[in-house]
Amino acid sequence: MASRMENSERMGADKNVTNRTVTDAHSAGSGGSLESLHLNPDARGQETIGSPFVKRAKMSARDVNVFYGEKQAISNISLDIAQNEILAMIGPSGCGKSTFLRTLNRMNDIIPACRVEGKITLDGEDIYQKERDTVLLRARVGMVFQKPNPFPKSIYENVAYGPKIHGLAQNKATMDEIVESSLRRASLFDEVKDQLDKPGTGLSGGQQQRLCIARAIAVSPEIILMDEPCSALDPIATARIEELMNELKENYTIAIVTHSMQQAARVSQRTAYFHLGELIEVGETKEIFTLPQHQLTENYITGRFG
Amino acid sequence: MNSNEDYRTTALIQASLRKRYARERRFRLYGMLAVLAGFVFLFLLLADIIIKGTPAFTQHYIKVTVDFDRDSLGLPQNFTSEDLARADYGAVIKRSLREMFPDVSIRAEKRRLYRLISIGAEYSLRDMVVADPALVGKKRNIWLLAHSEASSYLKGQVAAATEEAERKVKDVQMRWLNALREEGRTELRFNTTFFLAGDSREPELAGIKAALVGSLYTLLVTFCLAFPIGVMAAIYLEEFAPRNRLTDLIEININNLAAVPSIVFGLLGLAVFINFFELPRSAPLVGGIVLALMTLPTIIITSRAAIQAVPPSIHEAALGVGASKLQTILHHVLPVAMPGILTGSIIGMAQALGETAPLLMIGMVAFIMEVPAGVTDPATVLPVQIFLWADSPERGFTEKTSAAIMVLMAFLIMMNAAAVYLRRRFERK
Repeated sequence: MASRMENSERMGADKNVTNRTVTDAHSAGSGGSLESLHLNPDARGQETIGSPFVKRAKMSARDVNVFYGEKQAISNISLDIAQNEILAMIGPSGCGKSTFLRTLNRMNDIIPACRVEGKITLDGEDIYQKERDTVLLRARVGMVFQKPNPFPKSIYENVAYGPKIHGLAQNKATMDEIVESSLRRASLFDEVKDQLDKPGTGLSGGQQQRLCIARAIAVSPEIILMDEPCSALDPIATARIEELMNELKENYTIAIVTHSMQQAARVSQRTAYFHLGELIEVGETKEIFTLPQHQLTENYITGRFG
Repeated sequence: MNSNEDYRTTALIQASLRKRYARERRFRLYGMLAVLAGFVFLFLLLADIIIKGTPAFTQHYIKVTVDFDRDSLGLPQNFTSEDLARADYGAVIKRSLREMFPDVSIRAEKRRLYRLISIGAEYSLRDMVVADPALVGKKRNIWLLAHSEASSYLKGQVAAATEEAERKVKDVQMRWLNALREEGRTELRFNTTFFLAGDSREPELAGIKAALVGSLYTLLVTFCLAFPIGVMAAIYLEEFAPRNRLTDLIEININNLAAVPSIVFGLLGLAVFINFFELPRSAPLVGGIVLALMTLPTIIITSRAAIQAVPPSIHEAALGVGASKLQTILHHVLPVAMPGILTGSIIGMAQALGETAPLLMIGMVAFIMEVPAGVTDPATVLPVQIFLWADSPERGFTEKTSAAIMVLMAFLIMMNAAAVYLRRRFERK
């Protein structure tokens, strides 16, 4: 890890001399430790290359900093997510992309030591204002997690839970409808229609993840956040989920964190590259993968590290 | 690495393998021995209690030809039912016994003869006559409850070889009992008194019901207080409370309370609930409160552990679809934690069931003949009853002690079975 890091620093230093973070850490001879780079105050204020801002932004983040206690996890991130697009976030482990994703529906609130600075808006409204309700926010911004985490209840109850607590269905028939259409949109219905009362935890990994997607879309969110949704799945299950994301794009806005660059290239319209808590580069997915502007991005997508 | 070296490595590993396997076998053997030792001790204990306790579930009756003579009953010519209730049934029994053994004339011997029949027989005769006054003046063959010593001889618990002075059942009584047995005038019946009566000074009249009902009320109070308070405290501390010095202090105190000797809780109960709040003495209400205080730390600690063990992914999943904190806890965290919470509670309740020391302090050692009708009536509990009977000199109480232990264990098993059933139901979901 250390040697890889040093390698990346050198590359960065060679290509982009203005990147003071990298040069400083290198010249200090700190052996490329993550922390030294991370906490270096010079890391702040670095410009993101590319086009982080869009015209029709559904959500937008401005100068977001996240701290876990003393440790800064992400710094000065400004990024827009456009309506009905799939935004992919890539980068090496620990680069803060998951942290950033979780700030978008205030999932970090449950971590006591976590502190968020900056401004994040959904349809122009600040979601971090005190009076803004996290319950409503999370109903509008759904989430699918890295590990499939169905409730230890029946498949039906898993999907029906969200609509039930929000009072979206007035009667049993409407609820049945919501459950069926959610499962259909998650392309799971045909596989489970005869076992809706069986526990959701008894399904295969891929099915469980599609169940979690069905659960997320059952409350008709406007945005779906996906945190490495395919990392625990085999290629076939992954393909099904990617297919599903393409269909969902018609109605939803999706932000996905992924470790698979192929996946990012396949599903997303825009891609953001994170590195050590910084947003390095954002752009059209095609451009990022064919013509990366920043040396770190290029190193990462060509597989030199990460 | 060449093939020679490969071979050497293999040989080395093989040599060490034998040792490793031997160690594994030895370790398994130790484990088996430990389990076996545990089983042997448990078996010995249970066998001892069951062998000693089973005779308590039966007792002897003696068929006596009772002459309900109006004169011996001491009844006037025109008697009322009140007179019947006050009549001298003891005299009737004594006369009937004398008639059955006419050669008994010495006073001391007569007294021994009367001791064959339980003192309780008088009351059963009274009930019989009050229910049917037409009996007066008639002769009937009636099965009367035998004295516990007579019953103990008939059960074969008295060795005739011991010196007469050293046993309660004297030679002459043995002769009478043998004669009665030969005539078919003795009978061994199931001991319903044991399950239907409260404590008594006479072993054959003593029953476990008062203590059993007392234990039931006490534990009911304990459960109703300790379970909700314990689980609520655990939920608050685990899910809502901020982490700071105050909550740390609370946590340390709860852990310390779990280790406080139970008699201290008894003193607290005496000082606070009885002396200050003036709640009734010897009552299951106070006993239950004291035991609840004693059980609370156990329930809080185990419940917190169970809540902590709920995977965070379930939390996230619930919050992710927009559940509020309370909904997350009630719908998802608690159902998953419930088996663990129940296990902890049942451990606490089992502790409370077997507890004597704190109850001594609040006066639940009383001699209770009446079955308590509510949580404020004087009562005792099973372990205290066991202690009282074990302390009694009468031979008849030895078997009662073991029988009471059996009842206590049955109570415990039923409580555990209920917990296991509930746990299964939660786990199936």
